[in-house]
Amino acid sequence: MEISTVMKKRIEEIISKEKRIDDRELIESRELEIEIGISSKAEGSAQVKLGDTEVLAGIKLDLVEPFRDSPDAGVLTVNAELSPLASDRFESGPPGVKTIELARLIDRGLRNSECIDFKKLCVKKGEKVWSLAVDIYPINDAGNLIDASAIASIAALSVAVFPEVKEDKVQYGELTNKKIPFTNLPITVTVYKVDGKFIIDPTTEEEDASVARVTFTFTYPNEDLHSMQKVGDELSEDELIEMEEIALKEGKRLNTKITGLLKKA
Amino acid sequence: MPYRRENYTNREDMKEEETREMPEEIDHEKSRDIVVPGEILAKGKEILPGEGTRREGEEIVSSRFGLLDKTDRLVKVIPLSGAYIPRAGNTVIGQIVDVNFNGWNIDVLSSYQAFLPVMECFGYINKKDLTEVYDFNEILVVKIRAVKPRSIELTMKEKGLKKLEGGMLIKVNSARVPRIIGKAGSMVKTIKDETNCNIIVGQNGLVWIKGERVEDEIIAKKAIEIISEKPFEVGLTEKVKEFLEKNKKK
Repeated sequence: MEISTVMKKRIEEIISKEKRIDDRELIESRELEIEIGISSKAEGSAQVKLGDTEVLAGIKLDLVEPFRDSPDAGVLTVNAELSPLASDRFESGPPGVKTIELARLIDRGLRNSECIDFKKLCVKKGEKVWSLAVDIYPINDAGNLIDASAIASIAALSVAVFPEVKEDKVQYGELTNKKIPFTNLPITVTVYKVDGKFIIDPTTEEEDASVARVTFTFTYPNEDLHSMQKVGDELSEDELIEMEEIALKEGKRLNTKITGLLKKA
Repeated sequence: MPYRRENYTNREDMKEEETREMPEEIDHEKSRDIVVPGEILAKGKEILPGEGTRREGEEIVSSRFGLLDKTDRLVKVIPLSGAYIPRAGNTVIGQIVDVNFNGWNIDVLSSYQAFLPVMECFGYINKKDLTEVYDFNEILVVKIRAVKPRSIELTMKEKGLKKLEGGMLIKVNSARVPRIIGKAGSMVKTIKDETNCNIIVGQNGLVWIKGERVEDEIIAKKAIEIISEKPFEVGLTEKVKEFLEKNKKK
């Protein structure tokens, strides 16, 4: 069900007073929980809870032939599936616009930040390389699926290990202790514009009431911006700069938080 | 063929539904068993299967997850979760999802879309442009007139049924609605009085709140969320009262 006219009006009114419907600050995200290794079949997996939003991510590795234009580089594919389990707005069937956008956003963040050393994923030049498949399954959509999915995929990647190989064949179920070449965490933060104000980590209703959103991916401590995607109404230059600053600051906090949670787990 | 209550509409049924609007207060002194779908609750032809149960031969089997309520002759299950099952006579809140030439398609959070024909509305309606009356994404308090195998028919021809303007709309599990209303409307009355808000609780789990200030509405929303999160806690009424008192002083 789409947001009702009355609720949209109320959310705009509350945010214009610099408040949130669930008592948060404008720039304050919900509680984050990360659980690691929840799937025994995947080479790396994580479940992330961001408030009521829940996302599962899994990493599968396989030995494949490399692409002709990059014979010594590994392959990365990111795939998302928005099942009707997560929200009453999702339908089963072929992937829609939202599904493809989500997967592409995560893919771009991972690829452009060069956090995965693709050269180290090469087994034999031109013949065999490792392929990394990142699968994202939202379990519950209560807003801000993009950021939650990004956190889940980096958490899963950071614990993923190579499987055992015997006679050029992958022995699934037998894992080695060797971690995949994943170094710097790319942090994705999406900033939403509602009624002229900027918010992060929106609920579904706030997402519906927003007029524009921009997704940023940074790496720390260098504060490099790797990817950016804008959806919705036009934004002025000042607004875009303000949004970037918000995302940079929030990303920094998120980076320390995720690193801490991953160490504990 | 199991006995399907939702397809059953006659006068007697309507009468019973009206009493259902005054929901049963759960007796905390008495502990109840939690049952799951498929669980055998009772045996014997003399016992009647009530709400949330069905008869399978000699046995009465639960069809919902909830608390078991067993009396001498009747077995029923008070649901703890699950989707809203529409029943004739229920007052619900719905949102316009489509406008046709002769009425509106309305989402009432059930498995089928409901339909409100122009015939079932009061007053003169310009049939050339129905969006003038009720537009997309507007919300209404409506009554379910009849539930048919593949459609739900609504009516607006009763007292208190109207379009809702202003305020906010929140969604709770429809199984929690009896607790939110309380015995003879006591719980919702407490919240209304303490927050100075007008509250309408739809049987389908949609709750509309409108107060003079947005802050009041948020307090009322939180109070309703407390009830819907912990509906079977002992001394819930006191807890809600305490919460409202604490927020009133601020």
